[in-house]
Amino acid sequence: MNVGVLALQGDVREHVEALCDLGLSAKVVKLPRDLEDLQGLIIPGGESTTIGKLMVIYDLLEPIRERILAGKMAAWGTCAGMILLSKDVGGHDQPLLGVMDTCIQRNAFGSQVDSFEAEVLIQAIGDAPFPAVFIRAPVVESIGPNVKVLGRLPSNGWTVAIQQEMMLATSFHPEIVKDRRLHRHFLTLCSLVDA
Amino acid sequence: MEKGTWLVKTGMAQMLKGGVIMDVVTPEQARIAEDAGAVAVMALERVPADIRVQGGVARMSDPELVLQIKNAVTIPVMAKCRIGHFVEAQVLEALGIDYIDESEVLTPADEEHHIDKDAFTIPFVCGARDLGEALRRIGEGAAMIRTKGEAGTGNVVEAVRHIRAVGGAIRRLQTMRSEELMAQAKELGAPHSLVVEVAERGALPVVNFSAGGIATPADAALMMQLGCDGNFVGSGIFKSEDPAIRAAAIVKATTHYQDPEIVAEVSRGLGEPMSGLDVRSMPSEELLAPRGW
Repeated sequence: MNVGVLALQGDVREHVEALCDLGLSAKVVKLPRDLEDLQGLIIPGGESTTIGKLMVIYDLLEPIRERILAGKMAAWGTCAGMILLSKDVGGHDQPLLGVMDTCIQRNAFGSQVDSFEAEVLIQAIGDAPFPAVFIRAPVVESIGPNVKVLGRLPSNGWTVAIQQEMMLATSFHPEIVKDRRLHRHFLTLCSLVDA
Repeated sequence: MEKGTWLVKTGMAQMLKGGVIMDVVTPEQARIAEDAGAVAVMALERVPADIRVQGGVARMSDPELVLQIKNAVTIPVMAKCRIGHFVEAQVLEALGIDYIDESEVLTPADEEHHIDKDAFTIPFVCGARDLGEALRRIGEGAAMIRTKGEAGTGNVVEAVRHIRAVGGAIRRLQTMRSEELMAQAKELGAPHSLVVEVAERGALPVVNFSAGGIATPADAALMMQLGCDGNFVGSGIFKSEDPAIRAAAIVKATTHYQDPEIVAEVSRGLGEPMSGLDVRSMPSEELLAPRGW
């Protein structure tokens, strides 16, 4: 199975290592030619404005959007990646893939001093709560009818993990903890893609 | 909900990897940096090149300026405090910025002690010239390291010296037997537990950026190929002829550092870089990197 990590900026290596733990050699995606044959693409944590601008400059935005919408590629965005997959970020003018029917609020918890760790229950991957790290994290403000909520923050009920068909998005960073259940869940989605 | 944990502090730096953090002195410059693709800005009253020229005691920036810059952008904002000046750090934490740089670019407030960074919720980045210095800062709680280089010179030679020193020392650790690591910890002046961790991982336990003299896209790509996780660019952008174009070019070269064709393309027609200083001809009291230990 061919799975890539978008490597324009952010914590690319952590995702590559997580996939390696699951026996998969991930492809590093920097240019459109790197997308060929990919069944899945992870958009890592980082700065969504930086990654978005570089996607435009290096002609990645349209090819990624097209592959996802054509059902040729599953996608997972963590933090910045969640922002980039969404249709709307509350009026901020920044490049987006716009493939998930969601409205996202950036930096919903404030600045870095308000970043935190919390446990989030995600039934789709098992009964044990997931150790989630939120770093200047976004949250999901609203979702369309075809979007499924996978996890909420226990303290206030805010939506922090969602799925829409073959697309996954999390406000937090599974790539920087040891728990690989969400990466495994994503690979299951990738395996359903008709390559 | 647990705030200010080691994972939260080091994780923030992990999200900056592959990016460029730019020194800015006005909200307008901050917006230019953000538009060029910076992953964060460093809010300052004066860039290092001007601190060199103007002399005097360089202190933390006016909180009013820091807040104006914070309000101008959506990307993370960092600010510098003096080495050892933990009250300046408390003030910056209270302003709700994202990262503090305990920096040798400002005049040190304490020549013996650095700040106890574990005592803070906000994460810190600190400069280092070699592995021992990096591990001492991490031992105090720094969640990110940068090579010191020689700030405000536009000359990459010291940044290269420092990343080579760090990388070379790590490779040597990896060849050692376990009982040799305590002697090595003594020689490095670094905590034994961190020396063992670095020997096992073959890398620092935190993200390491370059800083101090990066002025061109090729400089930025050089530091990435030498093993840095990203670049701080200080005077190199806003002391050049066309800051917006140079800033965008350095961002692209940092992403595509392994692709000489792209580095060549983005290096074309950028106008004059900042004028550089020959570090060898500078009197030792003008050097910033030896500040701190």
